[in-house]
Amino acid sequence: MWLPVFQALEASAMGEAVRSSLWLFPIIEACHLVGLAVIGGSILIVDFRLLGLGLRTHPVSRLARDLQPWVLGSLVVMILSGVPLFLSEAMKCYYSFAFWTKMTALLLAIAFTFTIRRSVTFAADGRFGPGLQKAVAITSIALWSAVGWGGRWIGFS
Amino acid sequence: MSLHAAMEWLANTEWSIALHESQYAYAVIESIHVWSLCLFVGFAVLLDLRLVGAIFHDVPVSQMARRVLPWTKVGFLVMVVSGIVLFYAIPLRTYHNVFFRIKAVLLILAGLNAFVFHRGIYAKVSHWDLAVPPRPARMAGLWSLVLWAAIIFSGRLIAYNWFDCSKPQPATVTAIAGCTPDMIDPYQ
Repeated sequence: MWLPVFQALEASAMGEAVRSSLWLFPIIEACHLVGLAVIGGSILIVDFRLLGLGLRTHPVSRLARDLQPWVLGSLVVMILSGVPLFLSEAMKCYYSFAFWTKMTALLLAIAFTFTIRRSVTFAADGRFGPGLQKAVAITSIALWSAVGWGGRWIGFS
Repeated sequence: MSLHAAMEWLANTEWSIALHESQYAYAVIESIHVWSLCLFVGFAVLLDLRLVGAIFHDVPVSQMARRVLPWTKVGFLVMVVSGIVLFYAIPLRTYHNVFFRIKAVLLILAGLNAFVFHRGIYAKVSHWDLAVPPRPARMAGLWSLVLWAAIIFSGRLIAYNWFDCSKPQPATVTAIAGCTPDMIDPYQ
């Protein structure tokens, strides 16, 4: 069902533009990595806090609320840079196990981050127990790590 | 022995060849290198953003340094170790890679920036711990952000062979990369 869609995406003007340029893919890819550092840091620091590590003297909700624009902003950068990278090699992605793993993990990670994790991290201190907080942190780290590893692995396949 | 010769020797060691030819080891180590980017650069960016006054206004800078910096150091260690292994897998080409050399210079600059910050304005952090950081601290944060973004860029570009010594290059590239005519691969 996806095959004709991916074929059309591969043939898109943007895909063609990135593919035919020597510099575009590497430059966009590097932007994607800078975005990764920002989104990785701003998610990880809150997950660390949930695990009782790092900035543990500050309320989780303060850190999470303060970083929310950075998580959203870097996610936008990731998607805006990821889309042209994908379009330039849509057919390769279609046959790439790493790509489908990454996209599945990404959907789960986004869904989890903006529902359960958001409720837990935005809640007042003491509302949720440390056990639940730790479970949320580990789930978040696992999901986002799967996104990152899947992404890196698209390039190796 | 010149550095070039040393890299040539390194490239012919058993483990370097094994890594270079491995199906998964190189990819796994590179994935670790990329993952620890989140821990190391990600956390360094948070400290920088605090310094420039963008986030965590109610977290004292000294708290950030005390509680976040140790993890940044862990990330840095993983980054350096995995980076050395990646270099060791392809030593000669990497040594003569323009982007690798730019990255090395930028890393030194980032190190100097951190050193000057810690020895300088950070030594008086008790005077400005919760206030808007003074100009030298904001500048250190800004420089750090710019330098680490540039380091990520140059690191990513090491993978591309545009300026490799194995093909004829303009004079500037030859000079930066330290290419010699005998390195040109006639079969490429």
